[in-house]
Amino acid sequence: MFLLVREPIDIQQIIHAIQMPEDGAVILFDGVVRNNARDKAVRFLEYDAYESMALKKLQEIGARAKSEYAIRDIAIVHRLGHMEVGECSVIIAVASAHRGPAFDACRFAIDTIKKIVPIWKKEFYTDGEIWIEGGH
Amino acid sequence: MSIRVLFFASLADVSGMRETTVDAAAVTDVNSVFNIFVEKFPALEKYRASLLFALNAEFARPESPVRDGDELAFFPPVSGG
Repeated sequence: MFLLVREPIDIQQIIHAIQMPEDGAVILFDGVVRNNARDKAVRFLEYDAYESMALKKLQEIGARAKSEYAIRDIAIVHRLGHMEVGECSVIIAVASAHRGPAFDACRFAIDTIKKIVPIWKKEFYTDGEIWIEGGH
Repeated sequence: MSIRVLFFASLADVSGMRETTVDAAAVTDVNSVFNIFVEKFPALEKYRASLLFALNAEFARPESPVRDGDELAFFPPVSGG
């Protein structure tokens, strides 16, 4: 499951969709909108994307995760548009017989999203806003 | 005979648009398309060093050739997640 959505992400629904009886672990990365950045208070965020390419890159990351790690399945859902502090911007769920490869694949997926998926974050502060360029 | 050109994030703000077209006969490669827009919007020049390009939704290089019907996107380093 690889999706770009504009509504709040339903985490339980993703876990329910990915988990199968043969899985011994479901590892979840929940990216959360933080209330601070660059020593400033963040009021909210907006995410923009080159949607057709972003979806293609999420699918590629998923395919690489499945070929390079001993996992059964991976789901990535990234939200776009306006998000408040505390809301979920991205969910990565990895299902596997054993936890080790699932942790590793999940780390690989979020690190690679931050490098190659054409999605951009704009941070809104009390005194202005800026587009963030480059991941961390 | 045209190339569809897309701008995202800060580049969309600077150019004041997200989508336009250029005459395919007037350009050769990715860089030549970008130069057209730098002439129109000189503020784009400072993005050149960090700029990323995608040709038909795949990462491309400044010297990648462009053809009629291509979709070419210009954008800054990504910051999703």
